[in-house]
Amino acid sequence: METQNKLSRREKTNLILRYLRGCIGFFTVALLCACLGMVFNALTPQIIKITVDSVLGTAETELPQFLQRWFSVEQLRGEPLTALWVAAGAVLAVAALRGLCTYGQRVNLSKGSETFVKNIRDALYRHIQYLSFDWHTAHATGDIIQRCTSDVDVIRNFVCNQLVEVFRTVFLIVLYMSIMFSMNLKLSCIAALFIPIVGLSSGVFYKKISSRFQIADEAEGALTTCAQENLTGVRVVRAFGRERYEVDRFNARNNRFSQLWIKLGRLLSVYWASGTFLTCLQVMTIILAGTVETVRGNMTLGAFLAFITYNEALSWPVRSLGRVLSDMSKAGVSIDRVGYILKAEEESDAPGAEEKPLEGDIVFDHVTFGYGGQPVLKDVSFTIPQGKTFAVLGGTGSGKSTMVHLLDRLYDLKEGEGRITIGGTDLRQIQRKALRKQIGLVLQEPFLFSQTIQENIAATHPDATEEELRRMTQIACVDEAITEFSDGYNTLVGERGVTLSGGQKQRIAIARMLLQKAPVMIFDDSLSAVDAETDTKIRAALRENVAGATVILISHRVTTLMQADCILVLDDGKVADIGSHSELISRPGIYRDIYDIQMSSDDRRLIEEGGNG
Amino acid sequence: MAAFDEQEYTKSFDLKIWKRLLPVLANYKKAFVCMFVFNGLCALIDVLLPLFQRYAIQNFIEANTLRGLLPYGLCYFLAIVTQSLSVVAFGNNSMQIEMNVGKDLRRNLFTHLQTLSLSFYNVTPVGYMLTRITSDTNRIAGMLAWNMTDILWALFYVLGTFASMLLLNWKLALVIILIVPAIAVLTGYFQNRILHWNRKVRKINSKITGSFNEGITGAKTTKTLSIEEQSAENFRKLTASMHDAGIRAARLNAVYIPLVLFFSSMAVAIVLLRGGYMVTEHILQIATLSTFTTYAVGIFEPIQMTAANIAEFISLQASIERVTGLMDEKPQVSDAPEVIERYGDVFHPKRENWEPLKGDIEFRDVTFRYPDGGENVLTHFSLHIPAGTTVAIVGETGAGKSTLINLACRFFEPTEGQILIDGRDYKERSQLWLHSNIGYVLQNPHLFSGTVRDNIRYGRLDATDEEIEAAAKAVSADTVVAKLEKGWDSDVGEGGDRLSTGEKQLISFARAVLADPRIFVLDEATSSIDTQTEQLIQQAIDHLLQDRTSFLIAHRLSTIRKADLILVVQDGKIVEQGKHLELLQKKGYYHNLYSKQFAEENAAKILK
Repeated sequence: METQNKLSRREKTNLILRYLRGCIGFFTVALLCACLGMVFNALTPQIIKITVDSVLGTAETELPQFLQRWFSVEQLRGEPLTALWVAAGAVLAVAALRGLCTYGQRVNLSKGSETFVKNIRDALYRHIQYLSFDWHTAHATGDIIQRCTSDVDVIRNFVCNQLVEVFRTVFLIVLYMSIMFSMNLKLSCIAALFIPIVGLSSGVFYKKISSRFQIADEAEGALTTCAQENLTGVRVVRAFGRERYEVDRFNARNNRFSQLWIKLGRLLSVYWASGTFLTCLQVMTIILAGTVETVRGNMTLGAFLAFITYNEALSWPVRSLGRVLSDMSKAGVSIDRVGYILKAEEESDAPGAEEKPLEGDIVFDHVTFGYGGQPVLKDVSFTIPQGKTFAVLGGTGSGKSTMVHLLDRLYDLKEGEGRITIGGTDLRQIQRKALRKQIGLVLQEPFLFSQTIQENIAATHPDATEEELRRMTQIACVDEAITEFSDGYNTLVGERGVTLSGGQKQRIAIARMLLQKAPVMIFDDSLSAVDAETDTKIRAALRENVAGATVILISHRVTTLMQADCILVLDDGKVADIGSHSELISRPGIYRDIYDIQMSSDDRRLIEEGGNG
Repeated sequence: MAAFDEQEYTKSFDLKIWKRLLPVLANYKKAFVCMFVFNGLCALIDVLLPLFQRYAIQNFIEANTLRGLLPYGLCYFLAIVTQSLSVVAFGNNSMQIEMNVGKDLRRNLFTHLQTLSLSFYNVTPVGYMLTRITSDTNRIAGMLAWNMTDILWALFYVLGTFASMLLLNWKLALVIILIVPAIAVLTGYFQNRILHWNRKVRKINSKITGSFNEGITGAKTTKTLSIEEQSAENFRKLTASMHDAGIRAARLNAVYIPLVLFFSSMAVAIVLLRGGYMVTEHILQIATLSTFTTYAVGIFEPIQMTAANIAEFISLQASIERVTGLMDEKPQVSDAPEVIERYGDVFHPKRENWEPLKGDIEFRDVTFRYPDGGENVLTHFSLHIPAGTTVAIVGETGAGKSTLINLACRFFEPTEGQILIDGRDYKERSQLWLHSNIGYVLQNPHLFSGTVRDNIRYGRLDATDEEIEAAAKAVSADTVVAKLEKGWDSDVGEGGDRLSTGEKQLISFARAVLADPRIFVLDEATSSIDTQTEQLIQQAIDHLLQDRTSFLIAHRLSTIRKADLILVVQDGKIVEQGKHLELLQKKGYYHNLYSKQFAEENAAKILK
């Protein structure tokens, strides 16, 4: 699938910015808190420095201006215990302030990132709902889900963790380095020298092994696939007695996966160890050089201790910065993949499209339509009279489903492909939403949502009363089956709930459609999984209850077709014949042939009974 | 499927469950010991490093001399090198433990699954088994290796630091150690709440993935019902709950972590106050004071992390239970010890003892009910199927047509009575003996990812390329191959995705031909296949039926009519049996089915 067209850097930035709306404030506050927290963090070593030098030692220390208002160094030195209380108190005060900042940073960061990711997810989901049916058929579900989940996670990580982390680390480096430079130039130069070495070595190394991560991930994928295929194909495995072979196959992949990771583990251990080595070496170098500086009298003991603390605080963040930077390149690919979906065009209405009630005959006027160049419907013209039952008979590939797709505007006719009108108005001039609300459609393989049966049926009218709901299920002959479930109408459908038979699904879908109360109803072979008797019952109930609606029935069953007011026979995309049942059986053709075959004496009897009853 | 909703395991710690891992872990004793030792070494040096700083202050700065700086530097460097090397060593060992333990657990599970009966597979979703084979084993192995590493390191480090502090100055040390219980209480309070919200976040997250899945697969329905906005609104509700839960979890952390850090600052403050006082009293050296501040800053994070690690480690019990639960599943059908003795098991067959199979099958007074169902499906059923007979089984969808096949293939065994193959109860011989003689083609044929050639070779692993091609030709599967870009070496995709159902079916026929089974089972496809492929499939079936005992779950009239024996199934029971004409004359259920089938099939022909 060709789904990998790339976005320009600007488009990527715009995409991120669009979803940052409403969270920039949070991020700003979070970053401010982070910076302030680092400033407070930088104060503790200063407090220790002053205490060591001036309270415990004899050095002259200049307290910052604002502090001198309360204490003078001389005064404190006279009462060492008071001085120590002040120092300890200062440490705690700074810690409390820093704690508040950390709180503010974390809470705001989470608010920002949760809002951001919610914005993206909501936008993606809504957008996907409005993408054309064409787009949906062209894309694999698994791939789209991957983009909506894993790729979104990568983007979130990029914006909310990595970008923030980079910002924080850069601020940390600037802040701490400037303090360090103000303390001792020589030592600071040595410390600064380590920053690019540590950062770069980590980044380069990480980049190098990331390709190996990918290989290992693929090996894991192969392992999972192998297990999955074995489990889904267990009957084949057993029938050929291939258990041994399967175990060998699985073990080969299992071993390969493990070996790849063990090898990767060796590299990673070296990577971790090199990190430990470099940071420890940096600390050691500063301790040694600091010792020399202090002994030479260029630095006080307190300053030495503070300097070491700053230096240590720098080493790990710098190291992870290298990794984060090289990791960030992955985000570009994910933004592309998510952007691909968001860029796809949603269904839209033509300018001036109306929200019009569907009234009048539906007319197919020289309609020619196909997918990918191959025409399925070939110059088809016919009229579906309002309020009548119109049946369609046709084989696979005759164009029945295409007809339905066009009527519900899942596909639109282009210029020169003819037109479909209802009451004289071109379908394309009617708002899609309004049109679909007024066309009830039941598919052959209906889709039910993983909700309760009640929620499924009430999909279009969530506020429908139970009475109304049950009236529909009674028409669809499924009320009884539903009440037999232990949870009745509150039974969950799907994976986490009951497994419904094909016929039950079809009938629930019919009830759902009936509740839509649409003036046009289409049954696309939607009673195929229901036995003939129930089929008859449902149709009888329908006739009584939906008088006035235009009903389009697509079916193979003559018993279903024959009661229609008008029957269209489609063959290879063309109108083979059209007319009422009596007209069609009076002349040779596909319809009569099928009628002759299908109408065994048994069926005739059944129909007569149904007709009388 | 409600029974397979993933359970919440909230049981308290149970050593018995953990002991189940021992046999696997025992294989890697050496690695565990190495990990232990190097981890300890690493932590030891972490404890020692602040002492180097102390030494520098004491012996150089306060003594105001640089003498001895070089040997000091060398010792320091040596410590760093040792530290780095032990990081390499324990990193390596931990990874080996993770991967080997994971590998063994996966292998054991997978191998065990191969022995479980189809009755188990019928009621167990693939996803349920797959999570156990992949994520649970990964989690167990990963946590055993890395969480344990972290926990051990923290333990060594914290204890080492305590020891070091106590040795340096026990009075000051005790003051700091007193703060630890406070942190323990704090952690106890927060940990459970954080865990609770994290779990909630994970749960909502998987719901979001589910919603995406449904939003995409149900897009057509959503469109036709015109409920896009409502569906998006439901999704927004879900993401809103995610938003709130995510912030709740973060807020707890945002309170907890600064509190822990505050305690660590409190320790620093105490050191300054008490220690500073001791310095002024000349009981303590400044060098030691600085070491204490370093320690005070250093120990609290490991303590806090260990709390989280231990909580997570204990939650591993659920994963272990899930894996061992699957390991405890017993196969419903298994060979008797004396049978295994003679014929070997599925993994070590003794083919030299296998008798050739002719294909004569007899059901003798068989009564059967499915292990999960109460009602007898067969009651005192007897039927003799001479070798070479074609048996067609007909009935409506869901009528239970596969029961007989499941029994004949010994995917299930009779509840009472016997099934004899070539005159002997099939329980007297191994399952593999029987299965190796059965060719099986399913309605939705299952292919494995790999090439076309690999897939056909699955029928007989030692087949040559020529034999594979000949087998394919026999059932016209070569026409499929001819259309593929890389011919025989074309990849069929995961589960055969890249081929159409008809094509997959032809390949699976070739696979069956290659196996040359004495018993052939075919579940005929009902899905519409284009006319040309349909004809090819028809011919392939005719080819396959020759000289074999065959069971057909038949849908096509042509197939049914050719059968030597037709079994008619209704509501899980065999209601009629006989030849086509006999059954038609009965004017019973078969007649009914047949006329309907006939009508639909002919209609389909006309419409083509």
